[in-house]
Amino acid sequence: MRRSLILVFSLAIAAAVLFVLLRLLPGDPASALISVGADPEQIAAARRQVGSDLPLFEQFIHFVSSLMRFDLGTSFVSRTSVAAEIAARLAVTVPLTLMAFALAVVIAVPLGIVAAVRADKWYGAAISVVSQLGIAIPVFWVGILLVAVFAVNFRIFPSGGFPPAGWSDPVATLRALALPTITIAIVMAASLLRYVRSATQDVLGSDYLRTARALGSGFAEALVRHGLRNGAVPVVSILGIELATTFLGAVVVERVFTLPGLGSMLLLGIEQRDYPNVQGVLLISTLIVLLVGFVADIIQRLIDPRLRRSKRSEGR
Amino acid sequence: MSHFVSTWRMAALSGAAVLALAAAAPAGLAQEADPSAVIRIGSLYEPQNLDNTAGAGQGVTEAFNGNVYEGLFRLTDDGEVEEVLVESYEISEDGLTYTFTLREGVTFHSGDPLTAADVKYSIERVTAPESQSSRRNSLAAIESIEAPDDRTVVITLGERSISLPYNLSYVWIVNDAATELTASADGTGPYRLDDWRRGTSLTLTPFADYWGEAPSNGGVVFTYFTEATAQNNALLTGAIDIIPSVQSPDSLALFDGNPQFTVTEGASTTKELLAYNDRIEPFNNVQVRKALARAIDKERLLASIWGEYGTLIGSFVPPTDPWYVDLTDVDPYDPESARQLLEEAGYGDGFSFTLDTPNYDPHPLVAQFIQNELAQIGVTVEINIITANEWYTKIYQAQDFEATLQEHVNHRDIVFYGNPDFYWGYDNPEVIELIASAEASETVEEQVEKLTEANRIIAEDAASNWLYLYPQIVVSSANVSGYPINGLNSQFFAYDIEKSQ
Repeated sequence: MRRSLILVFSLAIAAAVLFVLLRLLPGDPASALISVGADPEQIAAARRQVGSDLPLFEQFIHFVSSLMRFDLGTSFVSRTSVAAEIAARLAVTVPLTLMAFALAVVIAVPLGIVAAVRADKWYGAAISVVSQLGIAIPVFWVGILLVAVFAVNFRIFPSGGFPPAGWSDPVATLRALALPTITIAIVMAASLLRYVRSATQDVLGSDYLRTARALGSGFAEALVRHGLRNGAVPVVSILGIELATTFLGAVVVERVFTLPGLGSMLLLGIEQRDYPNVQGVLLISTLIVLLVGFVADIIQRLIDPRLRRSKRSEGR
Repeated sequence: MSHFVSTWRMAALSGAAVLALAAAAPAGLAQEADPSAVIRIGSLYEPQNLDNTAGAGQGVTEAFNGNVYEGLFRLTDDGEVEEVLVESYEISEDGLTYTFTLREGVTFHSGDPLTAADVKYSIERVTAPESQSSRRNSLAAIESIEAPDDRTVVITLGERSISLPYNLSYVWIVNDAATELTASADGTGPYRLDDWRRGTSLTLTPFADYWGEAPSNGGVVFTYFTEATAQNNALLTGAIDIIPSVQSPDSLALFDGNPQFTVTEGASTTKELLAYNDRIEPFNNVQVRKALARAIDKERLLASIWGEYGTLIGSFVPPTDPWYVDLTDVDPYDPESARQLLEEAGYGDGFSFTLDTPNYDPHPLVAQFIQNELAQIGVTVEINIITANEWYTKIYQAQDFEATLQEHVNHRDIVFYGNPDFYWGYDNPEVIELIASAEASETVEEQVEKLTEANRIIAEDAASNWLYLYPQIVVSSANVSGYPINGLNSQFFAYDIEKSQ
């Protein structure tokens, strides 16, 4: 209950901050509608249409009252429902994020553990070095590189775009998402790997692992029975943060691959000062990020009973 | 001996065979066009919405003009105005009443027949106060529109308007029963709107009951890109067939001289210009403006951006406008005389100004070039990068600027110099009079004469600094043909495009 209240409260603050920040940007949203040749009458009509002729306070009241009705409004420029457009774009961004996240976890967890356990071997060190490199490389560069190799050169995957038929042709869609997914996964796995490695190193140096081994467990058995669970707690919280970051970071990748996701909607909205679109995307993104944090928290508590106990003692 | 002969014969035979193969090869390669092939067009201009009276941008013109919607008239790719939905028309002697007879047997995609009431409704949508059509002003002479019967439209003007047929080529005839034209369409064109995925694509399919000739292809898909690189990659990988308007000079190297692609340079109407605020000092001084015009080596500028493509024009009028004359010699590159002019104007020590520069290509590059050139005559340029949105707010609406860069895309837009309230504030009574009276001309010859004169005067006045005319470059796969190469006013007629498999 308390957590849900925090969630609602955070969203309300985010909405108010967004409203103010957007209006601080130079430029009038009516500009997206006018063209060279427009006379003052047309400009006035455009301002009326988008409501930028109203005082800021009145605009805010409009905004809040429609939010209360769970109405995200209508785009100034395309005149379509913001909620419907966000829903359509989530069908690109959510699968992209989840697939990239899953792939990154599959790469990072085993490699991270190997890098920690075999830090003294050449391949353990190599993994660490490569992951450092992965962190340093900008995501759009990875994208461009993958396009040059796998799309332009070898023609294995499309270079970008999203099939007009959308998910009704899953094979084409998955092919279209392959390179963007790999791009995000590479960059994400690199940073995740470091966290997994350091969490594993902590576990390796811990007293309980030494105790377990002293009591006769083999190294592997001790690591799996005691180490994984303990190491998972910090990793889960990092995973939550990484998932949220990936979701937001998809903006750049959507641009490189021309994907009609939430990120490209946000960028276009900012360019055009299409406030309803920008507000809608940012509110939904905020909600998703808060929810991810919420879920990560619950998972951590499920894994580690100590966290549950400490919360109860806090409550008293 | 016989061996020698046979060697010769062999050589001759094989030579003949090679020649025959070479002759046959092009014929063999140029396979029959496939009438059911869908043409995939890659564009950077996604429509904002589908209604060109609601601020939809140039993308909707590219996709819909002449394809989904038709006008009473059409501007052909060669710059001629021809009748489309009008079968014939008459002009009264005083030039104030136009009586149009509509073509018979035309139906909208929804199945409704075209009537005079649809035409009246369509024109009134454009001229309505809330209309965001950029051509609303050009129809200001219209006083009333009547539809005495289903095939007759009578337009009465308050004053003569010789460009009326041309201006009507911008007016899409829509079904007066249609609603929600921002997200759907009901026109009379050879294609109907099949599907629009925002952010991705727009699909057009041939309209079976089209009154005219059926398209040469099985439909068109416009795929939208936000970046030229992604667009080029799509063409390289065969995901699209054609790019109607190449915007990135660097990409031409990928396609130029590659037999898998065809690169065509057509006649562009897009002018890159350095516009001053002619209302304020020192830009209200003709000598200063002429000095700046002479201080910039436009040939080098154009070559540095577009290589061998593009043209210098010396004014605002492109060669496809009927009143074009070559004015590149009015203020040719001559930094020495530029310095002298500045001296005479009282700016011997130079001056400095802020150049508001849109943040997208090629403007930032052009701004730097200008900065370097003008530094050589003692003029300091502060570059201020702004977004397109700020450009409209600060420059176009508030007219709060000293100088700015902008590209103006349309055919026949010299009229902007006849409006002293326009953002650049050029105010020459002679030009205003010439442009206004040109529209009231009785003959096209008279109109051309007056606008040619106006064009000369603005060039002599160096009203703005016209840097160059963009090239209009179309790149396609080699198996695609029949597309318009000039793309006047951002149109792109798709119905004659053919593709062989």
